[in-house]
Amino acid sequence: MRPEELFAVHNRRMFLRDCASGIGMMALGNLLAGEGRTAEIDDPLAPKKPQFRAKAKNVIFLFMEGAPSQMELFDPKPELSKWNGKALPADLTKDLKLAFIKPTAKVLGPQFPFRKYGQCGMELSELLPHTGSVADDICLVRSMYSEAFNHHPGQLFLFTGSMVGGRPTMGAWVNYGLGSEARNLPGFVVLASGVGTSAGSDNWSSGFLPSTYAGTVLRSKGDPILYLSNPEGVSDASQRLRLDMLKELNQEHLERTGDAEIASRIHSYELAYRMQTSGPELLDFSKEPQETLDMYGVKNEKTKAFGTNCLLARRLVERGVRFVMLLHASWDHHSAIVKGLKQQTGATDQPSAALIKDLKRRGLLDETLVVWGGEFGRTPMSEMRRPDDPDSIGRDHHPNGYAMWMAGGGIKGGQVIGQTDELALSVAEDKVHVHDLQATILHCLGMEHTKLTYRHLGRDFRLTDLGGQVVKKMLA
Amino acid sequence: MRLLGLLAFLSGALCAQTEVDFTRQVEPLLRAKCYGCHGPAQQMSGLRLDEKAAALKGGYSGAVILPGKSAESKLILRVTGAAGVMAMPPGTKGLPEAEAELLKKWVDGGAKWPDSAAGAAPVASKRVSHWAFRAIERPAPPAVKDSRWVRNPIDAFVLARLEREGVKPAPEADRLTLLRRAHLDLTGLPPTPAEINEFLNDTDPDAYEHVVDRLLTSPHFGERWARPWLDRARYADSDGYEKDWARPYAWRYRQWVIDALNHDMPFDKFSVEQLAGDLLPKASVEDRVATGFLRMTLTNREGGVDNNQFKFENTVDRTSTLGAAWLGLTIGCAQCHDHKYDPIKQKDFYQLFAFFDKVEEVDIDAPMPGELGPYLAKKDEYRAKREALLKEYRVGEQQAAWEKEMMDTAAHPGVRTDWDLAWDCLLKLTEGGDGEKILRIAPEKRTQRQKDILTDHFIRNYHFAVGPKVYAETKFKELDERLRKLKDEYPQLTQAMTVDEAAGAARSYLRVRGDYRTLGIEVQPQVPEVLPGMEAKVGERPTRLDLAKWVVSRGNPLTSRVTVNWVWAELFGRGIVKSLDDFGVRADKPTHPELLDYLAAKFMDDRWSMKKLIRGMVLSSAYRQSSKARPELEERDPDNELIARQTRLRLPAELIRDSALMASGLISLDVGGKSVRPPQPDGVMELGYGNRWGNSWPESKGADKYRRGLYIHFQRSTPYPMLVNFDAPKANVALCRRDRSNTALQALNLLNDPVFHEAARGLAYEAMNASADWDARLEEAYLRTLGRKPTDTEKRKFETFFAKQKQLLAKEGNHLDDAAWTELSSVLLNLDEFITRE
Repeated sequence: MRPEELFAVHNRRMFLRDCASGIGMMALGNLLAGEGRTAEIDDPLAPKKPQFRAKAKNVIFLFMEGAPSQMELFDPKPELSKWNGKALPADLTKDLKLAFIKPTAKVLGPQFPFRKYGQCGMELSELLPHTGSVADDICLVRSMYSEAFNHHPGQLFLFTGSMVGGRPTMGAWVNYGLGSEARNLPGFVVLASGVGTSAGSDNWSSGFLPSTYAGTVLRSKGDPILYLSNPEGVSDASQRLRLDMLKELNQEHLERTGDAEIASRIHSYELAYRMQTSGPELLDFSKEPQETLDMYGVKNEKTKAFGTNCLLARRLVERGVRFVMLLHASWDHHSAIVKGLKQQTGATDQPSAALIKDLKRRGLLDETLVVWGGEFGRTPMSEMRRPDDPDSIGRDHHPNGYAMWMAGGGIKGGQVIGQTDELALSVAEDKVHVHDLQATILHCLGMEHTKLTYRHLGRDFRLTDLGGQVVKKMLA
Repeated sequence: MRLLGLLAFLSGALCAQTEVDFTRQVEPLLRAKCYGCHGPAQQMSGLRLDEKAAALKGGYSGAVILPGKSAESKLILRVTGAAGVMAMPPGTKGLPEAEAELLKKWVDGGAKWPDSAAGAAPVASKRVSHWAFRAIERPAPPAVKDSRWVRNPIDAFVLARLEREGVKPAPEADRLTLLRRAHLDLTGLPPTPAEINEFLNDTDPDAYEHVVDRLLTSPHFGERWARPWLDRARYADSDGYEKDWARPYAWRYRQWVIDALNHDMPFDKFSVEQLAGDLLPKASVEDRVATGFLRMTLTNREGGVDNNQFKFENTVDRTSTLGAAWLGLTIGCAQCHDHKYDPIKQKDFYQLFAFFDKVEEVDIDAPMPGELGPYLAKKDEYRAKREALLKEYRVGEQQAAWEKEMMDTAAHPGVRTDWDLAWDCLLKLTEGGDGEKILRIAPEKRTQRQKDILTDHFIRNYHFAVGPKVYAETKFKELDERLRKLKDEYPQLTQAMTVDEAAGAARSYLRVRGDYRTLGIEVQPQVPEVLPGMEAKVGERPTRLDLAKWVVSRGNPLTSRVTVNWVWAELFGRGIVKSLDDFGVRADKPTHPELLDYLAAKFMDDRWSMKKLIRGMVLSSAYRQSSKARPELEERDPDNELIARQTRLRLPAELIRDSALMASGLISLDVGGKSVRPPQPDGVMELGYGNRWGNSWPESKGADKYRRGLYIHFQRSTPYPMLVNFDAPKANVALCRRDRSNTALQALNLLNDPVFHEAARGLAYEAMNASADWDARLEEAYLRTLGRKPTDTEKRKFETFFAKQKQLLAKEGNHLDDAAWTELSSVLLNLDEFITRE
């Protein structure tokens, strides 16, 4: 047995002991189930078996930051048009908690017509012809609701299950539960387009989980991963020399001190080097056929930013990355909603659909769960920040009923779940709470949400906090 | 059919007439179904159903039995599984119909409860015998066989355990390891080559002791030891939520912490000032600055945010932080319900919460030495110029009109949507004070500070009310810039974020299920029942100051234990109690309970001197042990619970930076002051929403680029990447123990970050500057990084490496030695040994 192996065994022992005290029992179970893989056990991101057999292995979360308007995109509300310009009856709106507007604000009828798409006849906005072309693959949920009505708390709620900061995000939980198949890339990768998001890095934080599980931002300018390229003036050959020397000296120190952490350090430098070489390969689209690039709209100015990220998302899951999070900001249309929605759907509709189609034809859709949506929805009432400019009309935040869609691994496509009332004020049927969505995502990955836990401050925390029920109707 | 109907009618009529017998029917039912959670042993949600008085009084959310009104009685709503409430017993949809019906009838019949009713059998009082809640007594150091190893009582406790287990302590670490260890642990900086040589040449047997004493008086001691406390204080330089505005003078509190530690302010005083400095008699500016601790909570300036919600969240956070930082109790768990494991009731949580319920945030002038004179000399001139500018742009009359409209808007919301927005912005965007509060004070009664705050807000935000066109006509944007420039031209006083106690009587309420909107019973400020009570004047509401004094009172068994334990963990890598933030009943048992109590008692006897506490630990033989692994103990003591050796500890983020800058000679060792923004890659700030509001990262210039990691501006939504990579806290909640992860991103950071590459160049320069001789250069580089000389093997390896690098560089057209030395230096700065305290 070589020293590294010896220490791997030692570390595994440490790990097992930690399991008993700190880490949730699930990880322990997986570890025992994965007996015989001792050489890799010192890597906290080593792949682990799910709790039960499941279809989805990876997740691509297309996060539409700012809260896209459900009435213009996913949830046809003809009745609302009749109320256009009028205030809703006070008894219907008196309990609403609103961010900027008052319950007496005038209704804004839907601004775009809807059409039927796909064999399933899913009704979607005319703004979403491409999404419509994959209607038979997606499961549209029109009955989402959240508890937060401000962006930062809302985003925290969606990704961490709590409105207060400091907890791990979904991607971190998933990597903690399942590890990652990617050997040369981080297990949780974040891609951003548009402007910055309200919650910033809280959206991909590891919270109280070890920072190993935090999301790594794949940047659109400069180094794709921070500090991925050699320092200025240092050649690859020189870098390799440096790494070889480091390895030798670290190895010697390992023998001198007998501290297994040094073996991990050596390992992390090797991984860093592999990332340096595989990073550029990941970003190199030259082997992608023109048709694929066109499909994602990589060359088109409007769709370029989000399209590039969608294509990268596919390439990342192909390489085994467990959780890919795309952030697109912003859909926060308090004003000029008509113009704003045209712009945002123009940027995202085609690439989102391309991602589904591309994954499907490559046989990856079955094992990849794709989620599209924001932190909450928008009010049926209008917001008018500039009464002297009619085009400035928009909508306020509304958590009581909004829409998202999912597709792929474990999800039954071509269906609509739930509905809101005629005035889009609240959910009328099949309510899906944010915690339910989280529970369902974990379920698709083969994890029971109540069993994916981590002890912190004397309590076993989980993504779904104290709630969450798997939405069975969504499942294939 | 008819017959059946008749029967039903009859039985109904019969039942209505029969009175329900409490003793025979109701009590057995309650006993069978309810006492488990609402009986003598525990009273979930504060409800006890086995005693008449308690049952009729109700629980945290108020009465549950309203005699004669079953439809309104929560007890009945729960057991019948009514819509909108959680059914009882838990996990059911309510009691079986017949049983629920019985209770309903009993309530409707007046809930008659004979005083003679038996109730549940009393349970033996469960006096808490948990070790951490017992009074601290100072145990005598135990006798040991090998008394030569015992340098101070700490060693007696450690050795006694080792001898019991038949294990010998590890040999002492070699001198240079010890020197570097003491330097890093006491100041966070590695020793310089001069300090190393001096130590090597010092043959005095007390040489190490002298080093320790020198380091304890170093101004860098306060920097090193401020950091773990700032982790607990969730220190940051920005608001945290959404716009995540910078807090330009948060550093003033950090400065206070550093100074306090450097002056060895007794930890009891240190604590009282941070929790209640503003309430001290004749509170000084510094006393108030200390309360910055309570201001490190997050702020949400999102439009439409309910300020009451975030005031509540902040009060919860302050309460939980008290638990984590001083008491080692996870009292935050009791925000929503009674603690599942610890004897902390939800009521206890809100009684602690009540101490903080009147906290008001207020910023004050907190001049640094030398600021006041120049400020006063120029103050009148500055004021005159400012007033002239305000006059030039006709601010006075426009602001008066705006104020009138704003008041009107507040009185009639929903009429003018643009003014509604302007009002909301007043609530969220006022800088340095509470906009609404100031607006509601008559203009002539406002202080100068209040006037300035409101005027500045008006000038910057008037456009929300009147739109861009009118705003452009006012030229307020230009005015704002001129005012800012004027302010920069004149000396100003440093500000500080502090707290005040709001005027008027406070009433505090428990919040049912932790929801800020659902008020439960009223509570009074009080410390948790399970702990020894506080001294307070009878009939007076205890204050935050009473609480602070209780926290550090001799009778409180927790603060001293918790504090010596985290200090121990800083120096030994593991607490005597492993769970630094949890001393509750599920905490890890202390590995050396008597040592813990000895240290805790001595700490108080030594008038809470941090320096004495740390000195004792650092001088012990236990501390001086080698950190090398002991294979023979690997199996039986893998976590080093026996303290049979020291522990190798990867340095925290800030100290990795400091060590690299120190080795390279680039470091600026100025102590204290504003936060700095060292170079960071483009695009980091863009990932936060604040970027849209003008948050930027103006790179620090000159020596400020090379300040210690502790001073790096911490922007909560987009923190400095290197800090994040190496596990610095996210500063959302109190953090009592940092991770020491080991990741590829760390490797990339050290290998390729321009900051570290610059450090490598600096180190190369220092090494080359030290001598013309290759061997001497290598030695210099080793001393600066690893605090020791290279071994022969290492020297040979580096010779080969150096030659290969040169060859390679020559091929690339670079014949200078500098580049090869830089590469060599970079290897040293990446070594595990370099970023580790051995």
